[in-house]
This record gives sequence, C-alpha cells and structure tokens, in this order.
Amino acid sequence: MAKVPVQFTLNGAEKAEFIDSGTTLLNALRDKIGDTSPKGGCHQGTCGACSVIIDGELRLSCLTLAETCNGAAITTTSGLSEGGVLHPLQRAFLDAFATQCGFCTSGMIMAAKVLLDHTPNPSRDEVVEALSGNICRCTGYEPIIQAVLTAARSNSQNAA
Amino acid sequence: MAIRRGRGVAAINYPTGMNLGGDPTQALVHSTPTGNFMVTLSSVDLGQGMKQIMAQICAETIGVPSDRVVVDTADTDTGPHCMGTFASRGTHRAGNAVIQAAREARQVMLEVAAEELEVNASDLETDGQGNILVKGAPQKSISIFDVALSAHFKRGRSISGRGMFLIPRSYPEKETGAMKPSTCYAHACTVAEVEVDDETGEVTVLTVKNIFEIGRALNPKMVEQQLIGGSWMGISHALYETTEPYYPNRDHGGTDFNQYLMPGPGDLAQTEIIVLERPSADGPYGAKGPGEMCANPQIPAVANAVFDAVGVRIDTLPITPERILRALKAQAPN
Repeated sequence: MAKVPVQFTLNGAEKAEFIDSGTTLLNALRDKIGDTSPKGGCHQGTCGACSVIIDGELRLSCLTLAETCNGAAITTTSGLSEGGVLHPLQRAFLDAFATQCGFCTSGMIMAAKVLLDHTPNPSRDEVVEALSGNICRCTGYEPIIQAVLTAARSNSQNAA
Repeated sequence: MAIRRGRGVAAINYPTGMNLGGDPTQALVHSTPTGNFMVTLSSVDLGQGMKQIMAQICAETIGVPSDRVVVDTADTDTGPHCMGTFASRGTHRAGNAVIQAAREARQVMLEVAAEELEVNASDLETDGQGNILVKGAPQKSISIFDVALSAHFKRGRSISGRGMFLIPRSYPEKETGAMKPSTCYAHACTVAEVEVDDETGEVTVLTVKNIFEIGRALNPKMVEQQLIGGSWMGISHALYETTEPYYPNRDHGGTDFNQYLMPGPGDLAQTEIIVLERPSADGPYGAKGPGEMCANPQIPAVANAVFDAVGVRIDTLPITPERILRALKAQAPN
C-alpha cells in the first residue's frame, strides 16, 4: 500500500515522514520519529498515558491518526525542557516524588500543562478534574495533584 | 433507607520473601577504570525503585557517593541469579547480596590504596566523597579514581566482589507441619471510615489512617510515595478491582481499562501515613520489605468498617454494592 506523507512541527521542529495510512500519531511519534515520551498504555483512549498537545489542546495520540495532523503544532513531554532546564511542571513532579514507576508521568504532565496554560491558578478540584482522564496504576495520585498545585504556585510567583 | 457510617480497624504481619526451594539472590560488584562501581543483578526494577536503593546500598558500603554507582539489571540469562522481585523481597534479599559483594570490592580497593600510600589497609577509611584517607592523618589520602587507575593499569588487581544471600530451604516438621516460609516481618495497621448507602449498597471511603512499621526507610521519600499509593491501591482492592467478579464463573470480567474498575484522581479519600522505623536485625542497613504489605491492611479494615456501618460481613472481594445488597437482603427478616 502506498505510503502517506505527513508533515507537522514537533516541539518546534519540522518533521516530515512517509507513513502507512491509518498509523496512529502515537506509533508515528514513537516508531518513526523516535519520540518515546508518549506511552502506549491501553491503545483505546482510556488511560491517558499517550496524551500530547496538538495546537494547544490535549489529545490522545493513540486515537489520533497521524495523517490528520498535517500542519499541526505538536508538543510532547520531551519538548518541555529548555536548554537543559526542566519545565516547572517537570521540576515539581521531581521534587514532589510524584512518579513511582513513571509510566503515566508524561501523560499526567501533558494534561497538567494544558490546565495551567488555560487556568494558571487552579483549585484542587480543577486539578483533579484535569487529571481525571489519566490512570496511575501505582495509585499515587496525591503527590501528582500536589506537584501540579506546586507548579502553578511557582509559575504565579515567577509572573509576579 | 439511610447513609450509615462505620469505622473498621485491621492490623497485619507481612513476610519478606517466599521460601519454596530456598530463596537466593546473588550480586556482583566491580569498579570501572575511573573508580565508578557497577552492580550486576538479575533482580528487576519494574518501577519500585530498586536501582536507586541498590545504588545507595552499594555506595554506603564502599564509601562513595551514590551517583558513582551504576546498577545493571539487564538480563536474567547472563546476570547472577535472583529468585525475582516479588513477595517484597527485592530490597531485603538483593540488598544483603549487594552489601556482601560491595564489602569484598571495598577490601580490594583498600588493599590497592594501601600499596599506593605505603600503609596498612586496616589503617584506611573512606570519606564518602570519593577519597581514601589514613585514619588520624587525613592529609595522607588518595582518590578512588586514582586507586582504580592503579588497580587496572599498574597493579593488575580487579576491584570486585561477589555477594550471595540465601535463606535456606525450610522443610516442614513431620509432627507439627511447622516451617519457616519467610523471614523479616513488617507490620501495619489501618483505620478506615466509610459511609454505606443501605439502599444502593454504595461505599464511600471518608478517611484512611495507616501506620507502617517497615524496618529502616532506606530512602524515606520513596517509601512515603510507595505507602501513599499503596494505601489507595488497598482501598481499590477492597472495593473495586477484580478480573472475575463472579469467580469461578468467568463471565462479566473486565477485559480492558473501560471495564476494569480502577480509581482515578477524583476518588481519593483523606489519607494519612505514619512510618515507624525499627531497623531489622537481618535486613540491609535495617530494611524490611515495604512493597506489597502497604496495600494489605486497608482491605480487612474496609470490610470491618462496612460491618460496623450496616451489620453485614462481606467475605468476598471486592466489596461491591451488589454483594452488600445481597447480604442485607439475606439478613433481613422475611
């Protein structure tokens, strides 16, 4: 079957690939482009581990066909740090020990980033709501919620 | 019909390891030419943090910072034997093996340093920062970097050690059947408060208060996160999770994350953790196995709380609304 061309920016860099039609964005990112920060947990849109940001919105890359992303701007967790300096969310997750096995972490950080982009000072309930599509099998939600609240506070301090 | 409140308590005694045909773990430790240390294991880090803990144990024993240690758990075909990471045995069994291997490697390291400094090895100590000093005369010292270079390129020594920890097989006594299936018990106690809707059978967990006695917490923050997550996993086992809700009938089992009930961030109750450190006699630096046991006491505590709330004993997990309603119906006078 003929390959399909797909072109988008990933964490600010132009990417162009020929893919099999029907390839998910998750598989294109991991297997073709080599960005393994989105994780494949359930491959059916229920665990949130594959979450990425497409044109500013939170999306499940396992349910998104890569060929629908032509011209899009895609952000993954691997693109968050700048010049070796961790993003405030990454820093907060690290400081709060908000990862155990780490499999859900990058999806959690994506969901949290979209929340903070729209709601810089969220309440605890808003954080819980924003993370509600992401499953942590270690059941370590409390440190994750605390990390997001901490990142929000450090953001607002920097802005002030 | 009403919402009824109940409180339940449960305490557990949790074994470390599992003694079937003997319970061994082996470890190898060697230095690189630049004085970093490799720990080779077959024990697997499946997310519980074993690599970090083994690096700390090796570093503490040899006397270097833990970032000078690399733990390789790559391949059970080629690594020294480990029974596996299960039954909360990783830290205890592998940790003891790593200590033994690291002690042997440290001894060689001190012997090489002694030759370089022209003193007795027994007069040397490490500063924990990567240097070996003469006791009482710290101005006379050599870096572990230089010791490793000397061992490799000048003195032809291998700074390495072998470690082995074995709980021997325990056979049952013929008369009584008594045996020693495990060692090194950890302990925990949970108090859970719940609300049970006796019309719908739904259980809401209000608070979970846990106290864990886990030997020494080798990495206190990692222990804390394990206990916080584990506490809620215990609640999840008590109330939600099962692959076969009508076992042994296999119908209606969840086959994916859509159907398998698992708590999300919105399902948390107020949770409290207290850690009691009572170093164990046979554990690596006093550690026990805090792994699985952190998700155990919540289950009987919730069952007891449900009994306290609505007076029915549910003896099958998970404690679903259906089971509670059936038990209430069975109990009701006709």
